[in-house]
Amino acid sequence: MALYERMLLIRRMEEKLSIDSAAGVLPGAVHLYIGQEAVATGVCMQLEAKDWITSTHRGHGHYLAKGGDPNSMMAEIWGKRTGICKGMGGSMHVADLSKGILGANGIVGAGLAIANGAAFGAQLRGDGRVVVCFFGDGASNQGVFMECLNVSTLWKLPILFVCEHNQFSEFTRAEQVTAGQIVDRARAFGIHTAVVDGNDVAAVWQATGEAIAVARSGAGPCFIEAQTYRIQGHMEFEKELLAGGKYRELEEIASWRARDPIERWARSLLGSGVASQGKLDEVEARVLRAVNDAVAFSHASAPADPELVFDLMFAGQTP
Amino acid sequence: MRKRYTQAINEALFEEMERDPNVILFGEDVELAIFGDTRGLYERFGANRIRNTPICEATLTGMAVGATSAGYHVVLHMMFSNFLYTGFDAIANQMAKLRLMTGGQLELPITILAGYGGGRSNAAQHSDSPHPLLMNLGGVNVAMPATPADAKGLLKTAIRGRNPTFFLEASGRGGDSGDVPEDDYTVPFGKAAVRREGRDVTLIAIGTMLKPTLAAAKRLEALGIDAEVIDPRTLVPLDEASILRSVRKTGHAIIVDEARDRCSAASHIAAIVADKAFSALKGPVKRVTVPDVAMPYAPNAEARVFPNEEGIANAALALLRPVAA
Repeated sequence: MALYERMLLIRRMEEKLSIDSAAGVLPGAVHLYIGQEAVATGVCMQLEAKDWITSTHRGHGHYLAKGGDPNSMMAEIWGKRTGICKGMGGSMHVADLSKGILGANGIVGAGLAIANGAAFGAQLRGDGRVVVCFFGDGASNQGVFMECLNVSTLWKLPILFVCEHNQFSEFTRAEQVTAGQIVDRARAFGIHTAVVDGNDVAAVWQATGEAIAVARSGAGPCFIEAQTYRIQGHMEFEKELLAGGKYRELEEIASWRARDPIERWARSLLGSGVASQGKLDEVEARVLRAVNDAVAFSHASAPADPELVFDLMFAGQTP
Repeated sequence: MRKRYTQAINEALFEEMERDPNVILFGEDVELAIFGDTRGLYERFGANRIRNTPICEATLTGMAVGATSAGYHVVLHMMFSNFLYTGFDAIANQMAKLRLMTGGQLELPITILAGYGGGRSNAAQHSDSPHPLLMNLGGVNVAMPATPADAKGLLKTAIRGRNPTFFLEASGRGGDSGDVPEDDYTVPFGKAAVRREGRDVTLIAIGTMLKPTLAAAKRLEALGIDAEVIDPRTLVPLDEASILRSVRKTGHAIIVDEARDRCSAASHIAAIVADKAFSALKGPVKRVTVPDVAMPYAPNAEARVFPNEEGIANAALALLRPVAA
């Protein structure tokens, strides 16, 4: 049930963002995670509070899955001073260090090396912490991916690489830009790897549990390729940018909608008798309240403080 | 006591790593220390705190950012400053920006060492002086010590600080010798040093340019020109006040910088002087820099484009004795 509620929170928060983005009222672009919720949720529900994650430009799901506060996220996206980054980061950069969320990142692949460094720090501290690095099939084509597999394998870093293969590098299909199977790149280093159905939250949860145990034991890095699908575009509003051009067919999107991870998990919960429809409705109501609260919190908050720009660049030093 | 530049850096690293167990250092070939600056650290502090890495600069700069999350002050040795370019995403997009972008949640106590500069036939890919690029990033400090004493004191300030700092060291063969205090001292950022007092012209010498600039000042003295020599020591933060005070006194400014001329530290300082000391100026602000070319290999070709004592002296003569020059 916890998996269901977390996935649903991510979905409903982003549906609201999609509406607001379409209405043109959000300050910046949003890159939505709709369709991939099972990956962030299945992985993060295996983590301890002390564990760290690094995220991507499509980071709302990771942030919420790791326990980030919905109010602070919504306010951040709206550019408010109550935002988790005081309105200085925005949608692509939600971070909450107190929750182990080291940050989403606008540079594809940048989180890989940051996660590697965090894992090195965790290893030196010896505090049993594990770092999860979320990245996409697009980032797997960056050179740092191979570099980080090399360093983390050599140094036996406590890191889990989670490649969310959502079939697209921005507006380009994976088969056009990604050679071979991504998991094979990790297998070349002789580390623990797994390929999972990224739309099956139980499968993700199971595979993560096994991988985290390996990483936490000191045996070194692990790699999971989660095969999923980005239901929304690379970014909201993209139709206007593409000017009628398209990179996928509606039938393809529909076929993946039929494998929606949240509905699938609901059916499973109902089928196994773990939850009744009434229970699921209660979760839905609770989630909607949380989304409405986040929106209300954001709207009631003052805009970011522009003068903070000068305080935040350096610690104790003017820019 | 007189020590070599590299030895002063080595001492600062030893002393700061002794002082603070949260200081770690990694980079390519740091165990053997081809520059000599990390020599002996591995034997003293071991493989956890001193670590040789693969050659993967893009990952190393990113790892420096990540490792600070665990409360470490990371000293990253990038060997030659040209290799910063390979690791530039995590420099320009991450360490220079993440403090602001996370609303101040992330602190990035990182010191990056890199050897810079030409003059030794290292050819263009091992001879750059990339400080202007770094100055333009906004969120990183840039220290360019010219003397062994400053090298030690500025490096200690960097390692005790809470912000990303580029510590650019003069490349090559141990560097010059100079007096280094015996006590535990630091040199603050943003405080220029007046290396020579004078009345007639202000020569602002950046990093390794101090040596030829002081020589030029001596040459000018013989010609009856009394030059003041200012060493900014750090470019971010920059001690504008000391520069402006000197220019207001002398009425002339020449900036000597080993960077290529276009958008150099020299042009930045020239703009500040023109903006804030305009009424004190008795002539144009001049720059002695490297032309906008790649550093050539052949010693005579390198000498053709590298700032030297004669060029600096001639720039001053052209300003102060226009007819004679």
